[in-house]
Amino acid sequence: MGDYRSKFAMVETMMNRRIPQMICFAFGAALFTVFFLSHPLAKDLNLTITVDYWQIIFAFTLIVGVVSFVRITIKNIKKGEDRPYRIVSLIGLIAMPVLALIWGIRGDSPFMWVFEYVQVPMQSTVFALLAFFVASASFRGFRARSAPAAVLLIAALLTLLSRSSLEGILPVYFSDFADWIRSNPSMAARRAILIGIGLGSLTTSLRVLLGIERTWLGGEK
Amino acid sequence: MDWSTIIAGLLTLAILSFLYRDNPAYKMAESLLIGVSIGYFLVIIWTKTIMDLLVDPLFYDAKWPLVIPMALGIMMFGRFHKKTSSLSRIPIAVLIGSGAGVAIPAMLEARILKQVSATVGPLLTDTGMPDISVIVVLIGVLTTLSYFYFSHEHKGALGVSAKVGTYFLMAFFGTTFGYTVMSRMSTFIGRMEFLLSDFLKLTQ
Repeated sequence: MGDYRSKFAMVETMMNRRIPQMICFAFGAALFTVFFLSHPLAKDLNLTITVDYWQIIFAFTLIVGVVSFVRITIKNIKKGEDRPYRIVSLIGLIAMPVLALIWGIRGDSPFMWVFEYVQVPMQSTVFALLAFFVASASFRGFRARSAPAAVLLIAALLTLLSRSSLEGILPVYFSDFADWIRSNPSMAARRAILIGIGLGSLTTSLRVLLGIERTWLGGEK
Repeated sequence: MDWSTIIAGLLTLAILSFLYRDNPAYKMAESLLIGVSIGYFLVIIWTKTIMDLLVDPLFYDAKWPLVIPMALGIMMFGRFHKKTSSLSRIPIAVLIGSGAGVAIPAMLEARILKQVSATVGPLLTDTGMPDISVIVVLIGVLTTLSYFYFSHEHKGALGVSAKVGTYFLMAFFGTTFGYTVMSRMSTFIGRMEFLLSDFLKLTQ
């Protein structure tokens, strides 16, 4: 009995950790090598995996997400948690594929009507709402208590004023100075952050390929 | 006024009502937005990816290698059952492995080498005068990088350099903040314009 259990545990570890790690290394090493090859076959392979295969797997991943959302929503409807809102979400979700199935997704279809007159106005209003929260947060947070905080405040004000309708009223050098701040000191920090991101991504990718970084496999088993 | 504008206007007002406080109208509109957005993306992914990139080429043009991503995609559904959940790790391994393999040379080229080469330029102009902009960028990149160097305590020369880097970072955050506010404001103005002219007909 104990022997079976240990064999089962071994197979489970193989399936859960070893095989995914080996696949991860094999694909990583292959695509890393392919990058340095100029043969058309290598370029084709690179494009096929990174464009077509990725898109297809991501599409299935999205469907998995949708199924998961529907399951959780139905569970919450049964429990009675925020029932009317959950039902509205579910109706919206089901309505779109149904409309697409019946009338198609052309420009004048009901599917596109819902997109244009329901989804887009609400989405852009949610985006616009953040203007108020950003403004109120800045009103509370923007205090020139220290020299770096003063630099932050001045840079933000320069950008805001130079890009607003006051641009014509303010002297030309004001706008030029704002542009200089954006293209030089601001750009320098942005560039350093990008270099940092690059170095971080590089080391993380190496750690993943070599099996040092295994958090993507989930839990302990 | 047509029904489309009335519906779009009412939904816009429902979302804006959140500025007063959280309320049922906002919650209803928010739930509808979530459902409709997921439904929209589901339809687009189905038609543009599953049908155009997988089903049509596989079954009509007999592109058999596409069986591989299809099998990997189907394995993702293993997550829904405990006994088959380990299967979903295989497509994840393919995505992460290939992503890491592509990222190493791509990051090295785009994020490191190109950024470094753009930073290093002639420090003097053609007339022999120092080029202030190039010097500022060079100092800014070096000092900001030193700010993110945490292997040594920020004391002495490293401390001074990191402190200078903070000023460059603040300039960056300030300009980024300014642009974010401006983009949100322009969207808000667009929504207000729609409400006042198309929906309420108060302005032309």
